[in-house]
Amino acid sequence: MPRLDQDTKDDKGTEHVPTEATAEEVDGAIGGLDALDAPNAGPQRSRARRIGAAVLPPIGAAILFVAVWQAVWATAWLPEHQLPSPGTIAEVFWGLVETGQVWEFLWTSVHRAVIGFVIALGIATPLGLLLARVKLVRAAIGPLVSGLQSLPSVAWVPAAVIWFGLTDTTIYMVVLLGAVPSIANGLVAGIDQIPPILPRVGKVMGAGTFANARHILLPAALPGYLAGMKQGWAFSWRSLMAAELIASSPELGDGLGQFLHNGMSLFDMPMVITGIILILFVGVGIELLVFAPVEKITLNARGLRKN
Amino acid sequence: MAVALENAVGTEHAVRLEGLHKVFGAGRQAVTALDGIDLAVRPGEFVCLVGASGCGKTTLLNLIAGLEQPTSGRITLTTSRPAVMFQEHALMPWLTVNRNIELPLRLAGVGRAERAARVTELLSLVRLEGTGRKRPHELSGGMRQRVALARSLASAIQGSADGKHALMLMDEPFSALDAITRDLLQAELLRVWRATGTAVVFVTHDVREAVRLGQRVVLLSSRPGRVVDEWDVNGLTGADELVAVDTIGAKLREVISTHAAA
Repeated sequence: MPRLDQDTKDDKGTEHVPTEATAEEVDGAIGGLDALDAPNAGPQRSRARRIGAAVLPPIGAAILFVAVWQAVWATAWLPEHQLPSPGTIAEVFWGLVETGQVWEFLWTSVHRAVIGFVIALGIATPLGLLLARVKLVRAAIGPLVSGLQSLPSVAWVPAAVIWFGLTDTTIYMVVLLGAVPSIANGLVAGIDQIPPILPRVGKVMGAGTFANARHILLPAALPGYLAGMKQGWAFSWRSLMAAELIASSPELGDGLGQFLHNGMSLFDMPMVITGIILILFVGVGIELLVFAPVEKITLNARGLRKN
Repeated sequence: MAVALENAVGTEHAVRLEGLHKVFGAGRQAVTALDGIDLAVRPGEFVCLVGASGCGKTTLLNLIAGLEQPTSGRITLTTSRPAVMFQEHALMPWLTVNRNIELPLRLAGVGRAERAARVTELLSLVRLEGTGRKRPHELSGGMRQRVALARSLASAIQGSADGKHALMLMDEPFSALDAITRDLLQAELLRVWRATGTAVVFVTHDVREAVRLGQRVVLLSSRPGRVVDEWDVNGLTGADELVAVDTIGAKLREVISTHAAA
């Protein structure tokens, strides 16, 4: 039997020199290994099937919900003024669309929420960077910012009304207090999750504080920052509705909150339900049209998302 | 004239360490990581540092890379910026392979056209043509480590502009790879080193790896780190290589066993 453990000497005791692999051998082996080891993307489902799988279940659920609603209404278990039929809601909704009022409500509320959100982003980003990178700032106001996140922003409405009266400033104030802590906390979480090796790599490549923030910290923190932005948007929208609902006055124009408020004053259940559905539509719509695609692109690029 | 003179003197070494001490902490809790390290690496030389855990290998690389400051002693570099390659690939997950490799050049303010040309060159040097637009997560471990090698080379070559000497510091860059990949990447590293002529300081636990790659193997003791011995292993093959591995391995075991008594 040949013995493999004595590769330095053969049977006759002469030197046997193990040869280094030649460049061509290594080249071939490297190429083969790359082909074997590279992660496999796996089979792709067709585009139509992917869209179908994403869209059909929620549509099915909505149809089922409306059917149950219709059935409950048909039993006349609750009086008509408490539980109107889906058809009545559709009529009210269609009426709003026909008169064009719906666009006014939507525009008033959505543009307020967007402006509030953008201002919140402008305040929360530097705040989050300071909280994440400056120990003293984090020790001093970190708990406060986390705490503010769990304070319902509707609690700020009375204070804001006393400070600023029934004005747009009051509404923006409430939106900011709702959104800023979420966005700042998201950014802090994103930065905390950066593997420490990455800023070190930046440093050995000669990046200064600002180059490190611009080329390494911010892009590395992007997934957490986006999650914070998404939550920040939800908080903006919620806070706005609370503010519009409570601080309702003719000078503030007609937003969805006012519409809801009017429905309550008139004891008009179809109006109230239509208001709720519209508010829900905007929340879901912005999530699906803005945040979901951006998040998908970001996570896909980093290989953080399984298809 | 003073500048020219300094450069002329500096050309003898890619890096020179004189009486390097590093102490962490202060008072009774002070830990001496490095205790009087003297080491000079010639331009284009491949030096392997071998030692058990706690010998301060990583600290030594951090000092040379400028990530930490020595407690006392002197480091003379001729490169403007040594490149560092870590055990983890440490690639930016949001950047493509191309953008990762050109990152040190971007940070150094190199123009777009020149960056693109250098990246193409480096990609073919590490045999990764055609992967430039992929992201790190789409590559295998060995491919990622070759991208990291290309990025370090970009950094080292940038640091050696104006006739300075390129220097690469490698901190166990292959230890997280499987044995087959490690073996091939060692061969690749030697080929790339010969092609680029950069000086390399390579830290490893593995005596075989050190003897195979290095021209010189330096053995460090642990806690505190001191230079125990060094061997010229340039061009050793066959039986000589095995003898060198045995000799250095025996010495390493001897150094480690002194810690058992303490």
